[in-house]
Amino acid sequence: MARTPTTHDPFNAVAEPKRRRVLEVMGVKELSVNEIVALLGWTQPMVSKHLGVLKQVGLVSERRVGRQRLYRVNASQLRPIYEWVAPFERIWNERFDRLDEILEQMKKEK
Amino acid sequence: MSASAKNKTTITAEPGVQELFITREFDAPRELVYKAHTDPKLYVQWLGPRGYEMVLETFEPHSGGGYRYIHKDKDGNEFGFHGVFHEISEGLLIQTFEFEGLPERGHVVLDTMRLESLPGNRTRATIQSVYQSVSDRDGMIQSGMERGVNEGYESLDELLAKM
Repeated sequence: MARTPTTHDPFNAVAEPKRRRVLEVMGVKELSVNEIVALLGWTQPMVSKHLGVLKQVGLVSERRVGRQRLYRVNASQLRPIYEWVAPFERIWNERFDRLDEILEQMKKEK
Repeated sequence: MSASAKNKTTITAEPGVQELFITREFDAPRELVYKAHTDPKLYVQWLGPRGYEMVLETFEPHSGGGYRYIHKDKDGNEFGFHGVFHEISEGLLIQTFEFEGLPERGHVVLDTMRLESLPGNRTRATIQSVYQSVSDRDGMIQSGMERGVNEGYESLDELLAKM
């Protein structure tokens, strides 16, 4: 996969598979860098690098608790990515809803 | 709403790649889902978008066969699509797909649909669509956005007609 040199929006940020992996392991939990390192088994600098990009585009938010920094996925920022495919999904849903009706008729005729 | 309203279509389109996935479950055995994809009389009843007339000009659902269909809207606009069937069997349907309305020819999509039998006489369909470029794929998704907007207006028309 081609590298994206600059990363300004969530679309670019999640184009990188490693960053998607970071979001996946974080899930809905609030975690420190060390906890994410433990979950992924990557080096700490690599995790920090990807967290930095995700933070920059607002996909991850950071909170300081004492000397620790805790990270959490900012779900509202993932919404534009979902909404992008929603109309396309609706077309297919309508099409398959009609297929459902035809399948129901076919079951009766059997 | 039909009893099967709980079946939802899921589209997975990760940014920056040339493919997308469409998954959907049906409350019907696999042989019926397969038949609805290969019997022309059934196929025309569900494939076309809402508000369009669907004309199946050529339909040869066997390996090496071709197809062409046209969607006609009420203003007389016609949108043609064609392709070739590579594999047509109950569990696996592979075909090419090209929208004839693009400015340039040859933007072909490779669609692979797998039909998997599930317990309780249900079937899961998974379609992988591979495009020639990321921009081809993104263009297809965006065309859905235009359609979605148009359908929104149609619903508005219906609503206004009732007022």
